[in-house]
Amino acid sequence: MTDDIQKLVNVLLNGLTQGIVIAAFALALVLIFRSTRIINFAQGSQAMFTTYLALTLLNRDFPYWAAFAVALAAGFVIGAVLERVVIRPLEGGMELNIVIATLGLYVAIQALAAILFGSDYQSFPSPFGMTGFQVGDLNLALTPTSIFVLCTVGVVGVGLTLLFQKTQLGLTMRAAAFDGEVSRILGIKVSHLLTFGWALAGLVGSVAGILVATGTFIYPSYMETLIAFGFIAAVIGGLDSPVGAVVGGVLLGLVNSLVSGYVASGLVTLAAFALLIVVLLLKPGGLFSSTTARRV
Amino acid sequence: MSTDTTAKRLLDLNLTRSLLISLGVLLVGVLLLESTDRYTNTQLSSLTYYAIAAIGLTALTGLNGQISLGHGALMAVGAYTTALLLDTESPLPFPVVALAAVVVTSVVGFVVGIGAARLHGPYLAGATLALAVALPSVALYFKGTFNGEVGLTVASPRPPEWFVSFIDAVSGEFATSSKYVAYLGLFCLVVALFFALNLRRSKVGRHWRAVRDQEVAAEIAGINLGRTRVQAFVISAAYAGLAGAVMAVVVRLAAPSAFTIVLSLSLLTAAVIGGLGSITGAFIGAAVLVFLPPWVTSLSTGSGLSDTQAAQMSPFIYGIVLVLVMLLAPGGVMGTLSTAWRRARLRRLHPATPTQKG
Amino acid sequence: MLTITDLTTSYGPVRALDSVDMTVEAGRITAVLGANGAGKTSLLRTVSGLVRPSSGTITLDGTDITGAPVESMVHRGMAHVPEGRGVIAELTVEENLRLGARGAAKRPSDAPAPVRTLDDAYQLFPVLGDRRSAQAHTLSGGERQMLVIARALLARPTLLLLDEPSLGLAPRIVAQIFDLIRTLVADSGLTVLLVEQNARSALSIAHTGVVLNLGKVVVTESAEVLRNDTALRHSYLGF
Repeated sequence: MTDDIQKLVNVLLNGLTQGIVIAAFALALVLIFRSTRIINFAQGSQAMFTTYLALTLLNRDFPYWAAFAVALAAGFVIGAVLERVVIRPLEGGMELNIVIATLGLYVAIQALAAILFGSDYQSFPSPFGMTGFQVGDLNLALTPTSIFVLCTVGVVGVGLTLLFQKTQLGLTMRAAAFDGEVSRILGIKVSHLLTFGWALAGLVGSVAGILVATGTFIYPSYMETLIAFGFIAAVIGGLDSPVGAVVGGVLLGLVNSLVSGYVASGLVTLAAFALLIVVLLLKPGGLFSSTTARRV
Repeated sequence: MSTDTTAKRLLDLNLTRSLLISLGVLLVGVLLLESTDRYTNTQLSSLTYYAIAAIGLTALTGLNGQISLGHGALMAVGAYTTALLLDTESPLPFPVVALAAVVVTSVVGFVVGIGAARLHGPYLAGATLALAVALPSVALYFKGTFNGEVGLTVASPRPPEWFVSFIDAVSGEFATSSKYVAYLGLFCLVVALFFALNLRRSKVGRHWRAVRDQEVAAEIAGINLGRTRVQAFVISAAYAGLAGAVMAVVVRLAAPSAFTIVLSLSLLTAAVIGGLGSITGAFIGAAVLVFLPPWVTSLSTGSGLSDTQAAQMSPFIYGIVLVLVMLLAPGGVMGTLSTAWRRARLRRLHPATPTQKG
Repeated sequence: MLTITDLTTSYGPVRALDSVDMTVEAGRITAVLGANGAGKTSLLRTVSGLVRPSSGTITLDGTDITGAPVESMVHRGMAHVPEGRGVIAELTVEENLRLGARGAAKRPSDAPAPVRTLDDAYQLFPVLGDRRSAQAHTLSGGERQMLVIARALLARPTLLLLDEPSLGLAPRIVAQIFDLIRTLVADSGLTVLLVEQNARSALSIAHTGVVLNLGKVVVTESAEVLRNDTALRHSYLGF
């Protein structure tokens, strides 16, 4: 009986931690999608690369937080540079061309990482413990590290909410995303905001990249699953809603964890894929789409 | 009445044209296979399956404006089907096996297609990416059937008597099984090419292009957008299935590690380099996929990179090329050539007018 | 205030504006009239920098602004109210207004302006004050028009470009809005370039009328004259 409860609680806890990381990555995708209608398929590779940067610093005995900060800053800069150099010149052309360019970046950055850092598995340390807490008879799957993960994503979520809802910059970003032409008429430099949006997404993606690596291993393609999961979560949430992305991420994390715990761990990606197809068939606009004022 | 006969004659003309081109490719293929060494023969066998897959992808992307990151995974479906069907005491003839692979892959393509292809924009790309991530786990989960990470070894089809005597008659050599496989690849490629050439000129092909270029107008004209998109994806998946079948017998192995997202992206690179929508372009792109990596790898090891690093140089270059082609020549080789040709002709006709973009 | 010389704007092979010459005098309402497709909206879009002209010059207060980016126009004292009531539908009324007020930051603080703060805007349009936290897509057509005018005024412009403010509105609301424009100009010295298909209403408040036909200026006259020239009204203005 307690075994059953313990298992269920731990499956849910695991799902929550996994889901919150997926949510963070889905947020990065949504940040770009809602202002440009593009899925940045290179997002995962960007995050993988900055995580390798962090690991390189950690291996040279830099403090964890310094490495963390450098990765985030690098994610920000890489996002901005890619937008300026690759995406900007393609804007106004065929949507497909931008998608292909981000795919090119996806594979190029991944291969570059393999050339620079090697293809082997390398362990990525956690700043906190990895043993679960104990409550009464229950051995919880909640570790200091998973609390760190939850808190970090919480900070990111609150930070983004404050940025978008409480600051002038956030207001102009939302305006630019909803109606570029009217925003420009109002004197908003929409093109600068697009660059900033890519930079911000790069930063958020980097956070997800580090969190998914923390306490486990990284290799050049370790973000591949998270790209797929992030996309699925974003689609569940409606692709242009940050709140939807978070809810979608947590939901997908829980589904994944339940499948892994009660069916078979090997079927997680397949179950996630099936979930995507079902959502696309039944509610293609996502579960949280507010179609009130949107023109697609 | 008269328009009817004109239409019929036009159709015959198209069919004849497609048939002639296909036979031409067959002839060139035979000449190439018989005039080159064994190593090049193997490379040419690889070329056949890359070309088949690239034709399928270029049809989807170029004619229908959609993009798939799952063609590598769809090839896996074809390859595993082939491996399983050939793994018996007395296997069915390869064409039947390949056909079965095509059917199975089309069914998978249909499931993905009805979910994602009806929708606009990035959905198909994302969904096929998810497919590419999800599919290897099937091989790992059903270990009994698919043999997990190791994968299935594929029994090479034995060359039949008539083939042995045919090769003997052509080049006086003994037909090895790898030669037979190269011919099977060539045969499949020619069939695939013939279908693709007809498809382009058919009503179906015109509908695909209409949906790509003028979505709203196409819908008003009575074209069912959703059905057309799903149809395009299923046909494209069928090509991937055939490519997978050929790949299985050429490589003699169907294993998860061969069908990564990088394979899908390589196929995309092939289609993009050649020029999306161009069948000739698909051949050029497939040739790049076959002949570039050995060259790049030897160049990289020559300049001091380790073997594992050198192996990553090709995907690195594919990625950079994808970006550069989009930035500099989105039409790919064929698109750029045809634009240049049109400009040159324009200049010849109107020497005074300066040529303008767009 | 605004001088347009030999202005031509083309969309591909189509000439939307064909050698347009006109001036907008300070403190006055200049109405640009003409049928659908005459080039009225193209004129405003070219002046505000949304579209690049293929030739010609636009000067604002003696400064050449031809081809200047649209984002810089707010700081130069030009506010464009686009056709079809360009509210940002997903934002609230107050957020829309804050975006307008943001444009005032780089304007000289002594620029005469009838609407300087959000409160001024709510005073001018009490209905907006009542709905300040409602999303803009929930507003009626008339309320949206008031919102975009208030938003434009908050940027403290000296020149207001208005594109078809009467489009799709009930006559009572149209009268109210035109009345407001007249009062604003009379009280604060604002300059208005008004594009209208509804020539009768436009001429009732305008000082000068410019008639466009197929991208060319066919008549430039005082509003008074245009109102009384029956032949002209019949041939170009449809009333």
